[in-house]
Amino acid sequence: MTPEEIINPANRVYSRPRLLTEVNTHYCPGCSHGVVHRIIAELLEEMGLEDRAVGVAPVGCAVFAYNYIDVDWVEAAHGRAPAVATALNRLWPDNLVFTYQGDGDLAAIGTAETIHAANRGENIAIIFINNAIYGMTGGQMAPTTLIGQKTATTPYGRRVDLNGNPLNISDLLAQLEGTCLVTRQAVHTPAAVRKAKAAIKKAFENALAKKGTSVVEIVSTCNSGWKMTPAQSNEWMAEHMTARYPLGDLKNV
Amino acid sequence: MPKIIGAVTVDALRCKGCELCVVACPTDTLALRADDVNDRGYHYAYMARPDACIGCASCAAVCPDACIEVYRVVER
Repeated sequence: MTPEEIINPANRVYSRPRLLTEVNTHYCPGCSHGVVHRIIAELLEEMGLEDRAVGVAPVGCAVFAYNYIDVDWVEAAHGRAPAVATALNRLWPDNLVFTYQGDGDLAAIGTAETIHAANRGENIAIIFINNAIYGMTGGQMAPTTLIGQKTATTPYGRRVDLNGNPLNISDLLAQLEGTCLVTRQAVHTPAAVRKAKAAIKKAFENALAKKGTSVVEIVSTCNSGWKMTPAQSNEWMAEHMTARYPLGDLKNV
Repeated sequence: MPKIIGAVTVDALRCKGCELCVVACPTDTLALRADDVNDRGYHYAYMARPDACIGCASCAAVCPDACIEVYRVVER
């Protein structure tokens, strides 16, 4: 059979999710954000939640998430997404409320909001994209930057004596009684993408079942900030990032 | 034994040439078009070896721009 004979709608096994809008994303080529956006769009479509889902967009590279996934969104002030999600969920408890935050938003300026929302056990899902750098503003050091990692503000590598240790916020959140699921995933291989999708699905189910706060950390890449090609940054992530941020469930009750 | 034949289409205008699908492809079906660029200046992905495709959708799973459609036929 020739490709022309194979390519017809009857044989289609995968196509672009309906909930992704037709615009081109502003993300750099190979950015993990695009993969996670696609997973969320697929899940909302498969779970039939497009009428009930409300996302809370962060400040950071994902600030335009509301332009890309065709559900209701609220844009929160920097780091305040869990606080906004708390209000949304308490006003409309039947809706699925999720936040989509980067490490600068969730682990730096929004640490208080994140920890207190998780401690209160708000019935929300938090999608946490950890790429160990401030991507949007030009690759400065983030709390999650690895020891020795070169960034715009740590040109000789991050030093413990000067910059402190990387903040492993998912481990912190797993200690809190309000969280029901804290898991760390990646999207660098097809198998990892499928696992990450299953984890986000579980988080959405927990939020709908009012079991408490679910946190899905996606260990991601920022090839522009890391000054690598997308393929190289995936390899670097698998080698270095997962050593400090091991993949797997930290808490799943 | 049934043979699985696949094919993919790449939305060339949407593709950003990140090469993640090329790396993820287990059968080396995909490649970036070295001699052509799309409207935004990216070398877009295409099926360089159409016969090799098994329709596993690994490329679609890692595509950040959701520009790949996968088709699969089981030939008996």
